[in-house]
Amino acid sequence: MGHSTKAEAALALHRFGMGPRPGSIAAIQSDPRGALMAEVDRPRAGAMAAAGLPSSTQAFRTVADANAERQARQIVVARAQKEAERQRTAAAPSMAEGTEQAANDMAARMAAEAVPDPGRPIYLNEAKARIDAALGAEIGFAERLVWFWSNHFCVSADKIQSMSGAYEREAIRPYVLGRFADMLQAAESHPAMLFYLDNAASMGPNSIAGINRTRGLNENLAREILELHTLGVRTGYTQDDVIHFANVLTGWTLLPAADNPEHGGEFTFNRRLHEPGPQRIMDKVYEDTGVEQGRSVLRDLAAHPSTAKHVATKLVRYFIADEPPPELVERLAKAFRDTSGDLKEVTKALVASPEAWALPCTKLKRPSEWVVSMVRSTGIAQVDAVRFTAGQGLLGEPLWRPPSPKGYADDEATWIDGMGRRLDVANNFAERVAGRIDPNYIMETVLASTMSGEVTQAVARAESRQQALALLFMAPEFQRR
Amino acid sequence: MNSCRHLPSRREALIGSGALFAWTQMPKLARAEGRDPRMLVIVLRGALDGLGAVAPVGDPDWIGLRGDRALVLDGRTPALPLDSFFALNPAMPNLHRLYKARQAAVVHATATSYRERSHFDGQDVLESGLARPGAIDTGWLNRALLALASDGRVDPRGGRAIGVGPVTPLVVRGQAPVMSWAPQQLLPASDDTQARLLDLYRHTDPRLAVALEGRMRLAALGRAGGMDDAKPNTAQLPPPGIARVRAYFAEAAGTAARYLARPDGPRVGAMGFVGWDTHINEGAAMGQLANLLGALDGALAAIETNMGESWRETVVAVITEFGRTARINGTDGTDHGTGTVAFLAGGALQGGRVIADWPGLKAVDLYEGRDLKPTIDLRSVLKGLLKDHLRVDENALASTVFPGSADAKPTAGLVG
Repeated sequence: MGHSTKAEAALALHRFGMGPRPGSIAAIQSDPRGALMAEVDRPRAGAMAAAGLPSSTQAFRTVADANAERQARQIVVARAQKEAERQRTAAAPSMAEGTEQAANDMAARMAAEAVPDPGRPIYLNEAKARIDAALGAEIGFAERLVWFWSNHFCVSADKIQSMSGAYEREAIRPYVLGRFADMLQAAESHPAMLFYLDNAASMGPNSIAGINRTRGLNENLAREILELHTLGVRTGYTQDDVIHFANVLTGWTLLPAADNPEHGGEFTFNRRLHEPGPQRIMDKVYEDTGVEQGRSVLRDLAAHPSTAKHVATKLVRYFIADEPPPELVERLAKAFRDTSGDLKEVTKALVASPEAWALPCTKLKRPSEWVVSMVRSTGIAQVDAVRFTAGQGLLGEPLWRPPSPKGYADDEATWIDGMGRRLDVANNFAERVAGRIDPNYIMETVLASTMSGEVTQAVARAESRQQALALLFMAPEFQRR
Repeated sequence: MNSCRHLPSRREALIGSGALFAWTQMPKLARAEGRDPRMLVIVLRGALDGLGAVAPVGDPDWIGLRGDRALVLDGRTPALPLDSFFALNPAMPNLHRLYKARQAAVVHATATSYRERSHFDGQDVLESGLARPGAIDTGWLNRALLALASDGRVDPRGGRAIGVGPVTPLVVRGQAPVMSWAPQQLLPASDDTQARLLDLYRHTDPRLAVALEGRMRLAALGRAGGMDDAKPNTAQLPPPGIARVRAYFAEAAGTAARYLARPDGPRVGAMGFVGWDTHINEGAAMGQLANLLGALDGALAAIETNMGESWRETVVAVITEFGRTARINGTDGTDHGTGTVAFLAGGALQGGRVIADWPGLKAVDLYEGRDLKPTIDLRSVLKGLLKDHLRVDENALASTVFPGSADAKPTAGLVG
């Protein structure tokens, strides 16, 4: 074996996990591969502590209730203002109207501010639980898988803040080591996704609601399922396939919050919105069996060889190399096809591949992964969610806010120009922890002296502990995997 | 991270795309003509609805197509007439004023060579300048800069600067060194720490070294010109929602212009704005799209103001990956389409006109029965600007900048 076992343990932690913590190299160095396999074999791998966090639909209703209350207060205030104005105008008709209007606006605004937006604290509590899970995991392989799949099936908190964290817990975590087909069904029928990609309001042009309300189809979800979530772009589907699939998905929506205090926000299949009749998608006709029509399309998409290749390529790019080696991709795609998309088997095939251990560390960690590995190396297990998420934003990767449904990119070209920002963040973090964290402890104990001579020298010669830590966190071996 | 003064927000989400990526050389041929041209490319990501931005109010099929969502001259918010046929979205009074002063133009029914409807492939084609999507790692603007003879760096002290900032847009990625600016909200590391890290990178990881050098060069340029943005931004944030987006667009574009205007500043820049994917409740006249176009209009005004004297040597090109469906979809929005508009603005422009070969809006005239048919190759327009404004060689334009575009001749007479 070319690597020392310590070096291989460090590689396992950086490449597959969230980075070394105090003691983790020693804990797995006797068998790094076995330790990774054991983590994915753990019962409920991928789950996290979520006590006290609301479900997506509870969160949705909480925000909807607050919005309704805010609106009601504004109306009450506006009415009172209007009445006062009427009485004053009766008494003194020359009252300046502009001042009156400004006072009214101010009062309405104050009434609105009296009802704070609960979406923001929900988002931060979810972020906190997620960060804690990444910091607290022994290796963090399952968490990395969660981050990967959550980005693959991304939604954006810019559009649906209340549900963004719960979505990941409900539609992603239970399936990251389960079946791809199940995750696909869970993600595409989740209210957060239906809202994010506009399907909630889509209706068949010939559906009962479509005819009555002269509204109709929205192609967004159907297209992104084909292009981003399953087959991949340019894999042979046509514009007609997109439209027919969008027809199939009409009726997949959520219950409105206003008249459903118990169930608002939950997924529902609303037949009134559903385009009637069979639909042809990629040369197969799907009879109109209601919600089952969409479920069967998703089943076929999950089993399609293009999906296996698409998923395998993305996994290899995420964990191993920006330019995925074709043989490795094919090995994973084959594992996907042979096991009907059993993601635990696909994941194990990745760990078992010689390339996964032999290829050089060329991949740049994404900003959030790098920040987590920085914090882990110090042994700090609790961070402030506001500060942490602000840092993610500054580095161009705000949590659950990808710029598009494609999610965040995984290649070096996207992120390397952010080095300046990383240095600012590293410097700032180093400044805060330098009083209690010894850089030599991280170098020798946490990283088990696996850093290169150049880094060791730069850290040893630094002008201060703070500078030493900043250089350590910015070292190539700490940023690349 | 303890100097983060406020909560993360859409503002941070936009930072990556709002950063300016710029080229700090002087174009030699243009200089020989006694000119000192500036060019800024703004990419609107998400696909702008061209018909919602510039409405063909003179087309007899217009109202039939969009119904009460159609922009019209006598609507509640009346569209601003450009000529007897086209009218501008009412949210863009600054662009309208520039148009009247012959300092802005609209290209309509235009598209790249891309004819599918994936945002990401579409943006790759728009920014790479290649005829088709695929494995791509450089952008047309960067390759145009490579083809441009340099009259030296704007700052003669300089080493080569390369992009910094969270995410470099593809259009400026490539061999030609570019630098970047993005709103700075953390105290930066000391010069000494940067120098030590650079030394470490030079011995261990040349690519990281190049990335770090770019940042250090830019910081030096900013300091020299009194544009020190190293202090954390303590200014009060505007209220959430569209006001914040407006403020962000204006700040990002306005700062870009301040850099471009400086005698020792960059001459060519690029930036991107996200948010144009209006599938639902598009609101061309009063809603979402009007708000975004208003923010873009404010950004153009900020550029004009901050360019100062240099505005008369400036061209701004605003482009998007493709258009949207001609008809309104089932959710009061529009889905991915084909033909759209490009906005051109700047004192160097021969403006005051809509450049179009109007394809018509009858069902048979629409591309695949659903989209505005593109009749002007966007590459021709961009090639025309690069050729006549920056003096990029025409052969290079057809071979390396926009490979395989020999049939798309550069549009003549856009500037001058």
